[in-house]
Amino acid sequence: MIPVCRLADLPRGEAYRLESDPPVAVFHTDDGEVFAIDDTCTHQDASLSDGWLEGCEVECPLHASRFDLRTGSVDAPPARLPVRTHQVLVEDGMIYLALSEAPPNLPPCGVARLCGGAA
Amino acid sequence: MRTVAVVGASLAGLSAARSLRKQGFDGRLVLIGDEPHRPYDRPPLSKEFLSGAVGEADLALEGDDEDLDAEWVLGSGAVALDRGDRSVRLADGRSVRADGLVIATGAAARTLPGSEGLEGVHVLRTLEDARALRDELASGGRLVVIGGGFIGAEVASTARGLGLEVTVVEAAAAPLAGPLGVRMGGVVSSLHALHGVTLLCGVGVKALSGRRRVEAVLLEDGRSLPADAVVVGVGARPCVDWLEGSGITLDNGVRCGADGSTDVPEVVAVGDCAAWYDPAAGGHRRVEHWTGARERPALAVTALLSGGTAAQQPPRPPYFWSDQYGVRIQFAGHAALADSVTVEEGTEADRSFLAVYRRSGVPVAVLGVDRPGPFTRRRRQLSSTAAAPPTVAPAAPMSSHGP
Repeated sequence: MIPVCRLADLPRGEAYRLESDPPVAVFHTDDGEVFAIDDTCTHQDASLSDGWLEGCEVECPLHASRFDLRTGSVDAPPARLPVRTHQVLVEDGMIYLALSEAPPNLPPCGVARLCGGAA
Repeated sequence: MRTVAVVGASLAGLSAARSLRKQGFDGRLVLIGDEPHRPYDRPPLSKEFLSGAVGEADLALEGDDEDLDAEWVLGSGAVALDRGDRSVRLADGRSVRADGLVIATGAAARTLPGSEGLEGVHVLRTLEDARALRDELASGGRLVVIGGGFIGAEVASTARGLGLEVTVVEAAAAPLAGPLGVRMGGVVSSLHALHGVTLLCGVGVKALSGRRRVEAVLLEDGRSLPADAVVVGVGARPCVDWLEGSGITLDNGVRCGADGSTDVPEVVAVGDCAAWYDPAAGGHRRVEHWTGARERPALAVTALLSGGTAAQQPPRPPYFWSDQYGVRIQFAGHAALADSVTVEEGTEADRSFLAVYRRSGVPVAVLGVDRPGPFTRRRRQLSSTAAAPPTVAPAAPMSSHGP
């Protein structure tokens, strides 16, 4: 398990971006649950930890596809593939993560900043 | 309501069809589109598709296993609406009768009078436009972009990334002043020069020269810009000609209430062709943004299915994004309402900042330049205040100078 941060340092409604490869977004919902999914939207290079958290769903900050934090499933395109979910454990006030071993659904080289060209 | 026809099969039409099924409509659903394609995503056409980073399959808007149980009538646009028997007449002579109608015919790129038929002159709206422009840019050379708005700026950015020599010509003194205000329009437009693109402002285009193929762009101040290709990005006009004489009120698009309802029962309008009443702006506004085309149809469908009786939250404030030169620009709200604009994080000089637009101290818009996280938080705050918008007196000065 990877230690992420203290639960007390992640207020409800907020997200933490773990700089792993690929990065992981850890969400503390308004209801007090903690979930972890891949941080990168499966459609394009956007960070879901920057997204709009509502209940158990996060809306991509760019194009509004919504991902279910519990299952990783997406509601509607432009994103078409689910994000990976990761197992979360909260123990003694500390958030831990077990990274999924499934292959990630990373976006095609969508935003050119990753490719070094024009966007 | 046994049959609903959705006229327009792009994002707004598809979103309306999805909302109809989601909200329990189980009757006959017909989607009519003038293009031969299933719904595709247009924003990449000026960016990743144009650069070649993504292909046509990546543009599909429908999910792989999505089934709306709809009849698709593609490749023939609507030419008239007969109110008497509620039928939509198509260009190929067919007609579709429906009890309910969703108008989602979008907008068409404006062209430059006199440039028709000249090779090397492009607009960018459809997949065909984008294919043609992509092939053109592959030859390299000198590109002149007419219009410094978002489409023009994105095409300039992509073309520059492909190695072309690019000049952008903007008739207004400051580009993007409408959507962003004069000051921030200037800041965002300064990206051009930073990336080796020439931006000429405050000068109109007099004519294009060339016999069969464009050779130069002649400016009103007498200059001549040699060009191997020209992109005309001077806005779009709503595709509502087919509704002339139908009894539906048209005024720069289909005039709608704050839920997409028109003045004809059982007819709603969504997307780029629809001018919804916007309580925050105190008037009817056509919102030509992707997000509006995706979100607003749900409200319009609720209005359609309830006969306009359902109480509804107003739509979220208009939101759009643009990617230029690797910089992510995001905007939500109404710049024209603002009397001040303040940079609250970062600096304009670094082209990484968050700016908040206010009217009498109340936030009315937010601009993020490479600040997606803080931008989302501000956008969200803006949405919660939009539910109870500040009243705008009709006589209030809407500063033409902008913030």
